[in-house]
Amino acid sequence: MKLIKKRGAEGISTAFGLGEAIDRRAFLRRSGVALGGAAVAGVLPAGMIRRAEAKGASPQEGVETELRRSVCTHCSVGCGVVAEVQNGVWTGQEPDFESPFNLGSHCAKGASVREHGIGEHRLKYPMKLTGGKWKKISWDEAINEIGDQVLKIRKESGPDSVYWLGSAKHNNEQSYLFRKMAAMWGTNNVDHQARICHSTTVAGVANTWGYGAMTNSYNDMHNCKAMLFIGSNAAEAHPVAMQHILRAKENGAKMIVCDPRFTRTAAHADHFVRFRPGTDVALMWGMLWHIFENGWEDTVYVRQRVWGMDQIREEVKKWTPEETERVTGTPPDVVKKAAQIMAENRPGTIVWCMGGTQHTIGNNNTRSYCVFQLALGNIGKSGGGANIFRGHDNVQGATDLGVLSHTLPGYYGLSAGSWNHWSKVWGLDPEWVKSRFAQDQVEGDKGKPVQPMNYKGIPVSRWIDGVLEDPKNMGQKDRVRAIFLWGHAVNSQTRGPEMKKAMEMMDLMVIVDPYPTHAAVMNDRKEGTYLLPASTQFETYGSVTASNRSIQWRDKLIDPVWESLPDHVIMYKLAKKLGFAEQFFKNIQVNGEEPLIEDVTREINRGMWTIGYTGQSPERLKLHAENRKTFNTTTLKAEGGPADGDYYGMPWPSWGPPEMKHPGTPVLYDPSKPVAEGGLTFRARFGVERDGENLLAEASYSVGSEIKDGYPEFTADMLKQLGWWDDLTPEEKQLAEGKNWKTDLSGGIQRVAIKHGCAPFGNAKARTVVWTFPDPVPIHREPLYTPRRDLVTDYPTYEDRKRFYRLPTRYASIQVQDFSKDYPIVWTSGRLVEYEGGGEEQRSNPWLAELQQDMFVEINPTDANNIGIRDGQMVWVDSPEGAKIKVKAMVTRRVAPGVVFTPFHFGGWFQGQDLVAKYPPGTAPLVRGEACNTAMTYGYDSVTQMQETKVTLCQIRPA
Amino acid sequence: MARMKFLCDAERCIECNSCVTACKNEHEVPWGVNRRRVVTLNDGVPGEKSISVACMHCTDAPCAAVCPVDCFYTTDDGIVLHDKDLCIGCGYCFYACPFGAPQYPQQSAFGVRGKMDKCTFCAGGPLADNSNKEYEKYGRNRIAEGKLPLCAEMCSTKALLAGDGDMIADIYRQRVLKRGGRPQTWGWESAYGASG
Repeated sequence: MKLIKKRGAEGISTAFGLGEAIDRRAFLRRSGVALGGAAVAGVLPAGMIRRAEAKGASPQEGVETELRRSVCTHCSVGCGVVAEVQNGVWTGQEPDFESPFNLGSHCAKGASVREHGIGEHRLKYPMKLTGGKWKKISWDEAINEIGDQVLKIRKESGPDSVYWLGSAKHNNEQSYLFRKMAAMWGTNNVDHQARICHSTTVAGVANTWGYGAMTNSYNDMHNCKAMLFIGSNAAEAHPVAMQHILRAKENGAKMIVCDPRFTRTAAHADHFVRFRPGTDVALMWGMLWHIFENGWEDTVYVRQRVWGMDQIREEVKKWTPEETERVTGTPPDVVKKAAQIMAENRPGTIVWCMGGTQHTIGNNNTRSYCVFQLALGNIGKSGGGANIFRGHDNVQGATDLGVLSHTLPGYYGLSAGSWNHWSKVWGLDPEWVKSRFAQDQVEGDKGKPVQPMNYKGIPVSRWIDGVLEDPKNMGQKDRVRAIFLWGHAVNSQTRGPEMKKAMEMMDLMVIVDPYPTHAAVMNDRKEGTYLLPASTQFETYGSVTASNRSIQWRDKLIDPVWESLPDHVIMYKLAKKLGFAEQFFKNIQVNGEEPLIEDVTREINRGMWTIGYTGQSPERLKLHAENRKTFNTTTLKAEGGPADGDYYGMPWPSWGPPEMKHPGTPVLYDPSKPVAEGGLTFRARFGVERDGENLLAEASYSVGSEIKDGYPEFTADMLKQLGWWDDLTPEEKQLAEGKNWKTDLSGGIQRVAIKHGCAPFGNAKARTVVWTFPDPVPIHREPLYTPRRDLVTDYPTYEDRKRFYRLPTRYASIQVQDFSKDYPIVWTSGRLVEYEGGGEEQRSNPWLAELQQDMFVEINPTDANNIGIRDGQMVWVDSPEGAKIKVKAMVTRRVAPGVVFTPFHFGGWFQGQDLVAKYPPGTAPLVRGEACNTAMTYGYDSVTQMQETKVTLCQIRPA
Repeated sequence: MARMKFLCDAERCIECNSCVTACKNEHEVPWGVNRRRVVTLNDGVPGEKSISVACMHCTDAPCAAVCPVDCFYTTDDGIVLHDKDLCIGCGYCFYACPFGAPQYPQQSAFGVRGKMDKCTFCAGGPLADNSNKEYEKYGRNRIAEGKLPLCAEMCSTKALLAGDGDMIADIYRQRVLKRGGRPQTWGWESAYGASG
């Protein structure tokens, strides 16, 4: 044994003889221990390693330990969490080996969730800002004062002047109640994170083949022969998904990563395709060019199941290898190789995330991914699909349950018919519901008068414009005067200085969250901000929908800590104060002040026919949770046991009422199984004919279908025409008369359709051309802030719009200005594995915070040398809109020359200032830093108002 | 008798740090002390690889060989533990360790060392199994409960394996066969000798 002398306690990389190689950890370690950490370590007695502030949460000898089960709240994979609880205290975490999703595994975040139960930095009791100081108040005072103020605003400005910003952190039941609460208040100004994470996916995908969701599952990726990631960094954003992905790779699947950055996911790829940020459509069409050129498309599949591919061919013709390289910067052989791998290894899947969605042309991007997969015949197949990884743990559920300004739960729109449907489910008179809304018509998006009730509300990405814009230019009576930020990180939204101004203009801000959040400190308000401590999902129970549409049941691990309350209890208190609790909870039992979660689940079951949230009763969900070990970890099907034949969590659609025992649908649009066993066709959503062409499927149908061809969606009349009407029971007939598969509350139409092997929503072709969108055929358009002025002429953005989701929206008037001389660097953003979203929870958790102590900007050595900055130096990142952030430079080849990257999870700093003094005492996160979105710029998707955060311009200078 | 070992599969490690936070959580390891950490080579360029590193519980542990107060001992399972009541915080073990495992709580601005702390393979220390005292000084004793180290049990991609050396070698060998690649049992030679 040869002993080697090490250089120092910090230098583990040198200890391994790695020379001066700098990795992200070394970079961060060198930045020194944060104050909080040093202080903690400093007071420890010699020989003790116990964390000083964790007193009372450590396991105790001789005390009985109980195991309880929940689901991680940090991403959409849905990892099972097992807690050890002693005397009501969460004292340990064990691996959940029985969960078919994570098989015991966690990422850094999941392995540290116990900290929620310690909650040293959490908001401990209701507080209000008065005279610029935080004052502790009681729950009753808080609810009374807040209620009085919003009622006053309602009287003066109407219900649309109160904004209800909900959360993907709600469980399904709370999400549903939140949307219902906004309806009872009388506004569509309600939204949540999905708007700024996958809204362009939901719109793009639903408009292509029916449903806006991940088609397959993480587990099904074991069956892939090829996997193409674009705008997804699974290794940091969905680490446990990588277990399934790497299993696929070991099974022989080829892995391709397309990204402007050489990500940690790219490090595991067989083929890395670097491209210029914001040119996804160009890249996809560049690949499709090779597919068409070589005749690699699946012609039979396209003929039977796809409409409009000829129009795509016309567009793709333009994307020769030369033009693709001119726009994307990717060499032709690299593009061709990616296309060839996908063509030669089928079935293959495509995975995309926010790198693809957060663009002014996000809806074009998502549709181009879909079209690519349709051309290869990859959709509706195990091992294929569009595996769209969602972000937050329940963003799929909160989207499904309609915490959105343009839909009701179950993607029912805002039309009178939709309101009637839900009023019926709620047991309320539709006229009463209508009476809650503003009654005066306003000018809608299309320039025609609309009722506020039927007019989509302001999306979360634009709430600041709802405050700042002159009401004359808006599609509602008055500006937004009060906001509930209920589980939302404002540092995830762009245009910081304007947001600060908007916050300071409002009468009232109510932050409902386990933490005070960046919103509490980033403005200079002196009065009228309330902080209400919400419990985490570990302190309550209910259902949660993972990315693959499986619904899992969480048990309560511990009682709410400090004075926090679960969201649904806070909603009840508020509804009582605002005077609609009776209608709100008409069919829901309320115990004390807590609405019964199971009753809420059952109400969801009774109304969500569109997407099959009807079969997953609380009883079935609990049965799955208890027997999760009986599910196959690849197919997700229970093999024996009490849930035999079901798919884990009954991935929606689980058709019909729970008694029908539909097993759930593991792979969407997969005709190789009968619908009753989880098979499906493409949804007939867009009519039966277009331009004289048949939109229904041809000679393609699911196994066991009695209709051996395409067919439209089922209605009562269609059952009669088919002679199947008498399959309904007399009771079903009564409810089904005049209804369709979405509105028949008996579920009889769905039951009978499935009995005959048919999909209730019809059997159609997927459409590659969405004629209702601004760009029916997805096309490339340059970002609003682009350094490629030569491409602006060829690929210009949209014209400005006068009214879009109630607001004027700018495109061309920004792009026409050339900022590239003063702001030459392209700037993109993304995730770090230790943090999530706005990062409040994780930056307050010492186990995670220690691993990422500084906000930074990744910059290529070429740019760093040109600007004259060194690794670890503080720099200013200046935005063309005048905002600036002060961050640490990290010099790395991970980014290309001319492109910089920042993570988006930091907060607690604003334009160079650490705001630590502005937090209520003891609640400041351990790690604070600039929110990159403070300096991210204007730009919104042309269909959904998704914000553009993946490509803008900046300049960097030494600080 | 089992011979406990760690093995980190660099083909699977994605640097997610679950091993690090699982360890922090399980043992309430204070800020600044890292019983386990993830090291990345070639960060940001093709060839990037990450490895999770902690005490490897070496067969012929160099830390034990240099310790002036002889505070180290090896359990029947081959786990290298130490007695904090004997440790004088001299730091020799840190110089001897090929893996940079020994950690010292930061006591003052001048870097005076406290008692050494390191990965215990979740096997506690010389005090009574899972007593409050053992927990305070060494963290949890999972081995006494018939469980394996939490870092490996919670590894996001099953890259980090912990357990009986023969069993984890079997698991790893199957993976290598499937991949058709050369085994990269990083650190095994220095920890467990040429025969592994």
